Formats: sequence, structure tokens, C-alpha cells
Amino acid sequence: MNQPDKQPTANGGQQFGDTAFKWLTLAMALAVFVLIALIGYELFKGSHLALQKFGWHFLTSSEWDPVNDEYGAWPFIFGTVVSSVIALVIAVPISVATAVYLTELAPQWLRQPLTMFIELLAAVPSVILGLWGIFVMVPWLRVALFPWLQKYFGFLPLFQGPIYGVSMLAGGIIVAIMIIPIITSVSREILRSVPGLQREAAYALGATRWEVTRIAVLSYAKKGLFGAVILGLGRALGETMAVTMVIGNTPQVVKSLFAPGYTLASVIANEFNEASGDMYPSALFEIGLVLLGVTVLVNIFAQLLLKTFAGPSVKPQH
Amino acid sequence: MPTDSTSTLTPALTARDLAVFFGSHQVLKNVSIDIAAKAVTAIIGPSGCGKSTFLRSLNRMHELVPEARMTGDIRLFGDDIYERNVEPVIVRRRVGMVFQKSNPFPTMSIAENVTVGLRLNGLRDKKLLTERTEQSLQMAALWDEVKDRLHAPAISLSGGQQQRLCIARALAVQPEVLLMDEPASALDPLATQKIEDLIIELKKDYTIVIVTHNMQQAARVSDFTAFFYLGELVEFGPTKKIFTNPSQKRTEDYVTGRFG
Amino acid sequence: MTAPNHSWRKFKNVFMQALALVCALLVVAPLVLVFYHLIKEGFSAINWAFFTQLPKPVGEPGGGMGNAIVGTFVVLAQAALLGVPVGVLGGVFLSEFGGSKLNWAIRFAADILNGVPSITWGIVVYALMVVPMKGFSALAGGVVLGMMMIPLVMRTTEEVLQLVPGGYREAALALGIAKWKTIVQIVIRTALKGIVTGVLLALARVAGETAPLLFTALGNQHWSHKLNEPISAMPLQIFNYAISPYDDWHRQAWAGALVLLLLVLSINVGVRFLTRDRFGARNH
Repeated sequence: MNQPDKQPTANGGQQFGDTAFKWLTLAMALAVFVLIALIGYELFKGSHLALQKFGWHFLTSSEWDPVNDEYGAWPFIFGTVVSSVIALVIAVPISVATAVYLTELAPQWLRQPLTMFIELLAAVPSVILGLWGIFVMVPWLRVALFPWLQKYFGFLPLFQGPIYGVSMLAGGIIVAIMIIPIITSVSREILRSVPGLQREAAYALGATRWEVTRIAVLSYAKKGLFGAVILGLGRALGETMAVTMVIGNTPQVVKSLFAPGYTLASVIANEFNEASGDMYPSALFEIGLVLLGVTVLVNIFAQLLLKTFAGPSVKPQH
Repeated sequence: MPTDSTSTLTPALTARDLAVFFGSHQVLKNVSIDIAAKAVTAIIGPSGCGKSTFLRSLNRMHELVPEARMTGDIRLFGDDIYERNVEPVIVRRRVGMVFQKSNPFPTMSIAENVTVGLRLNGLRDKKLLTERTEQSLQMAALWDEVKDRLHAPAISLSGGQQQRLCIARALAVQPEVLLMDEPASALDPLATQKIEDLIIELKKDYTIVIVTHNMQQAARVSDFTAFFYLGELVEFGPTKKIFTNPSQKRTEDYVTGRFG
Repeated sequence: MTAPNHSWRKFKNVFMQALALVCALLVVAPLVLVFYHLIKEGFSAINWAFFTQLPKPVGEPGGGMGNAIVGTFVVLAQAALLGVPVGVLGGVFLSEFGGSKLNWAIRFAADILNGVPSITWGIVVYALMVVPMKGFSALAGGVVLGMMMIPLVMRTTEEVLQLVPGGYREAALALGIAKWKTIVQIVIRTALKGIVTGVLLALARVAGETAPLLFTALGNQHWSHKLNEPISAMPLQIFNYAISPYDDWHRQAWAGALVLLLLVLSINVGVRFLTRDRFGARNH
């Protein structure tokens, strides 16, 4: 007997509520696409003039001259990259070591409070850290750390030149402080997801605690840890307030880490509201576009790494 | 062809040529059965034989699985429950279900759990709600144990009590049929005993279909038994016959423990 | 029995463990130092006037950040009005409806949005609202922070809803309760605490944001009375005071930072306290 398929349809009163609710929630969820489109649209529209006038030259030129309407983003790209690299160099070893400490080495009673403490550090607003940076960290750098670095490592061009306190290095340090919590917490999740069997196998071979960590945990988790690092990089690139307050805000490309610098985010923060005319704001919009492009690419890369390592159990965003 | 029931009452549920597919995978083939009213019908069979799917097709719960399709006919006291303009929601109010793992809603009290089906479908009359609460809890043999703490959180009850609460919750909606999917499998023997006694009491007023992997349980509580194997209904008849003198060899093999 | 390099291995073991501990302490240090200085420098400036008065002109001592504190709450309230419904309902969609492809795309988009630098949000909403409205406004400030909240709240809501066991949905549907009622009255209700936590944490996040407000709310030395006027907010005021050359304003910046940090941290600590596991460590 051939009967037509009875598909589970139901029309009628009850179904209206279900359908309406589904469409409502769908509309809200689609907001993310609207927001992305909005961001893209406004940035392209805003930077249109500058894009037309400067083209790719924008990325390589070092001329930032509002008077003559000549703009080049290279010093800011340089500043963003250098400060972020410095931040990673400082933050990654410390964060990974801390993550290792929290998951493998710390006594049980200490783990939860310490973890919570670090998560609280992540909640400190950038401007507050910047405030501390200007009035506490920078003076200390100027009278203590920088002279010390210059004394012992001054043979390197990195540590030569006049010391003001506000500097590329100060920017890097403060960004490091800001990204340590997120690299630590993601690394912690990664390390925790390493199956216990790996550790047990290593212990059974007579390895010491550190060796177990190195062999069974860290190498297994390499990819995920790399993802955590890239995620931290993504955060570092977009960091604005704290950096602006301690980096010195001078667009220049020099070798000395003690020299003031300028980042993509900082120039927007400092100059946007004073930018007059049409080309000046447009150039700043283009800087915003460059910043967005770089940050989004880095973040996507980080997500890919994290998702292909651990699957849905690791949550990449904070 | 499965043997017909010997009851002369209108069957509560009839299925004809029921087939269920999940995507391209066929889970139930060719099931035709008459389920007697005000009696307990047990569905037995080894894991994966389709007994849960069959149970869920009786209240259209299998539709929650994406890509679920069915062909065939299922009637509830003569009404086609799969007809085009029949809403699953209505079917489920006439055919209630109790699950393997008891799941009282954690944010609600005992009383709130019992009446949630009524309240969320619009019933506001406080007096009626209170009456129904006591009625349902009495029918579920839970009233005496909880009458003094109706507003305590439902999750403060023991496992066996929670399951009886779920039964009360299902009964409060006054269904015509009660489906039970391995209701006692997560409970200790004492709690299981209580549930079985309850089932025997309830069948005076309700049609009950119970899926169980525990054959002794099926033998103890049911009037009719259906044996499923690999998605087909192999044999159906009075429980006594199925367990002592089955017509099919596969049935005999299963009930004597040769496989399963 | 001991191998030749045994004592070297032992040493390395202890050394590495000590190193890891040192790193952990280094991580903790900045927060401790920040707090220490905030209290040391800012505490003296906190008085009743601080909370209620407007900033005084340069050179006159005293005054306060009353308008900034109120402004923060005004802007946050607006942000919540935008961010909470859209974020929560969007999270409901991701969890309870939707096909896998669409949902993957939505989640991906939300994750991208979460990585957009806050200053970018600022210039986008500047172009979107400040330019057409021909002026900075509290409304624009609320909108930008609300937009930033949306992807955050969406993801946390989805996660929390996914944790609600499927058994509850099944039980409700089996009772003949309509799907949307099941979701609202049963699922959301069960997950409510987690949803609220997610919202509060998102609010704490945007409460501390300065960059987006630079180009939307702008800041205001007076009380704002209308939503289409510029408005002050704590992070803005802190920033402006910090980069100013005046000592008195510096002190107020410290005070404002202390108040802001206490606000943000108390929300964070508060939600962690509320969602603590009463029945022992579930996650460790």
C-alpha cells in the first residue's frame, strides 16, 4: 500500500507562536552580520578619499603631514608591530609558564584563587592601567630599568639613545601586562584538555615533574598554545588607551626602544577629534581600516588554530 | 502477522504499516498493532530494535529529531494523529510521556511542576489547579510523602520520588494514554517496586504503553507484550502467552535469554 | 640505580618549578601594584564632593566627578537596552533553532566582532550617528557600547543555554507545551542565572571602555540633560585628567580610577561568587 509521506506539518494557532518566536530570535541573531557590514561600510566610506589619493603608498610612506594633507601609515604600522612584538616577547613566556604552573605544578589550594586573580587582572580597564603607567611605571622605567638596560646592553642599537620614559618599550610592557591574562587563561584551558594518559605514560617512564610537563603536555599542546599566543597578538594589536598614555605619541621609525613611538590605534585616539578638513579624517579612517584588517586576520588565524586543536571544548574569546 | 489482542474494547491506539526513517536510515518497518485501552502494553526487545522510536511515534516526539519521517497510519481512539492540520502539541496533551531519567524542572517547586503543563497552556483558575495538584499526586502515590512541602524545590526529592512526580506531572494534563520509556531503569529496587505497583493501579483509568529492557518487569506489570527486533514487530499478544508459549522462534530466543 | 645525570635532572626540575612560580607572581604583581597606587594616590580625593559635584575649572581645587559617574550609568543603561535583548535573543536562536551552517556563520561573525578593536567601533559609530546628528551625544555612546555587547552576550547566552539538559525540553514538549513557551518558560528560566552573569560581565567589560566613547559621547564638564548632548563618563574623565598637566586633576583621575576599578571588579567578583559551585569542584 503506497501512502504519501505524512510530513509533520501543523498549521494553526500554536504554530504561530513558535514561528513568530523563531523569526524574532533569528532577526536578533542576524544582527552580527548587520554589524559587520556596518563596520565595513563605514570604514570604506570614510577612507574613500584617502584610499583614492594614496593607494598602496599609504602603507609605506612615513609622511604624516596634516598641513599639506600628505599621509602615510608606515610609522604607525611599525609602532603597532614593534610594540606588539615586544609585548609578546615579554608576555608569552610568562603566561605559558604561569599556565603550566596553574595546571601542573601549583598546590591544589592555590589554583582556584590564583586563577581568579588573573581573571580579575583581565577585567582592569585599559585606561586605569594607562594611568598607572604614566605616573608609576614610566617614571620608574626612566630612572631605574632603562638606564640599567642601557648600561649593560647599550652595545645594542635597541638600547641606545636618549631616555624619556615614554617609549616604544614602555608601550610594549604595558600591552604585555594587558595580554598576559588572556594568554594565560586560554593556555590553561589548552593544557587542561591534554588527556591524563599522556602524563601518566611519561610518569611511568620515570620522568620528573618538569619533564612530564615538557614532554607529555607542552609538546602535545603546541598547536593550541600557539593559538593562544596569536589570540594574545590580536588583542595586543587593538590595544589603545594604555598604549597611548605611555608610548610617547611621536610618529617615527627608529631603532631605539627608548624612543617614543606611535601606534595605529593611538594616532586615531589622539588626532581624530581634531582632524579638520576632508582628507585628514579620511586618512584616519584608512588607518582604522588597516588596523581592522590586520586584527581580523590575526584573530581568524588564532581561531583556526584553537578550533582545530581542541574542538569546541576550548572557548577562544574571553 | 502479529496476533490480534483478545480484547473486545476499542483499541486506544492503532498503528498500520508504520515506518519511521531518520534521513535515509529506516528504523521501523511495517509495524501494525492494536493497543488495548485501560491495559498495560509492554514493548520489549534488544537495544536498537526500535522500541523507543515506536513509543515516540505515538506522541509525535520522534519529530524532534531532524530529518525524521514516517509513513503509515496511527490513530488515537480513531483520530488520525498525523493528519495535516493536527498539531503535535494537541496530540501530546492527549498522550503523555514519562522518561527514563526523571526530569522535574529544577527552578520550580513540587506543586509548580505538577501544574506546569496546565498553567503554560493557559489554565489560571487557582482552585482548579490546587485540586488537580492533589489529584495527580494521589494518583502517582506521592501525595502522602509531599503534602506538607508542596512548595519545596522539586529537586529536593529522591530519585524515585522525582520519577513519581514526573508521572503526576504527566497525569495532571489528563491524558488518555500514558507512555513510559524505561521509567524505572534508573531507580533502585525499592523505588522500582513502587513504580510497578503504581502502574498496576493506574491501568484502571489509563492506557499505558511501557518500554522496558527488563523482561521480568514486563511480565509482572503488563497485560500485553510486543516484541520488537531490528525495527520490526515480531510478535504481539497477551503477556502470558509471549513469555510462556511464544509463536515465533525469535521471540522465544529473546525471552529465554538466548540473546539480547 | 641513579643514572649519571640524575642530579642534573633533579635540579632542572626544581629550577623550572621555581621559575614557573616566579612567573605566576609576576602576573599577579601588576594588579597588586595598581591597586596599591590607586588607593595611595586616589583615596584622599574621595569624599562626598567627589561623587556629587561637577569638575571645577582649572586652578580651583575641589570639585568632583559626579557627572562622570552618572554619565557612566546613563550610557551603560542605554547599552544594556540595546545589547541585552539582541544578544540574549540572538543567543537563544543559536542554541534552540537554526541549521548548523547558518549557526556556524553567525558564531564566526560574532567571534570576529569580539576581536574588533574598540577604537574601530568608535569611529564607525561616529560616522553612523555623530555625523548625521551633527553632534556628539550620550545616545551615540550608549549605542556603541551596546553594539559591543551584542556579540559577547550572544555567545555567553548560547553557551549557557546549551548546558541545560535536553531532558527538560523533552519533558516540556511531551506535556504538550508549545516550543516557544518551552524555551522561554523552561529553558531560559533554568539558565537564567547564567544569562544574567553573562550580561553583567559584558556590562563590566564595556563600563571600562574609553576609546569608543572618545568619538561618540565625547565627554562633558557639566551635567547632561539630554540624550543628544555629549555626556561624561568615568573612563573619559580619567583619561582627560590623566593627560592634563594639573596635579589636582591627576589626583581626581586616581580617585576616579579607584571608583571605576571597584565597580568593575565588584561585578566580576560578585558574579563569580553567585555562580560558585555549591556542591564542590565540578570543573576541576
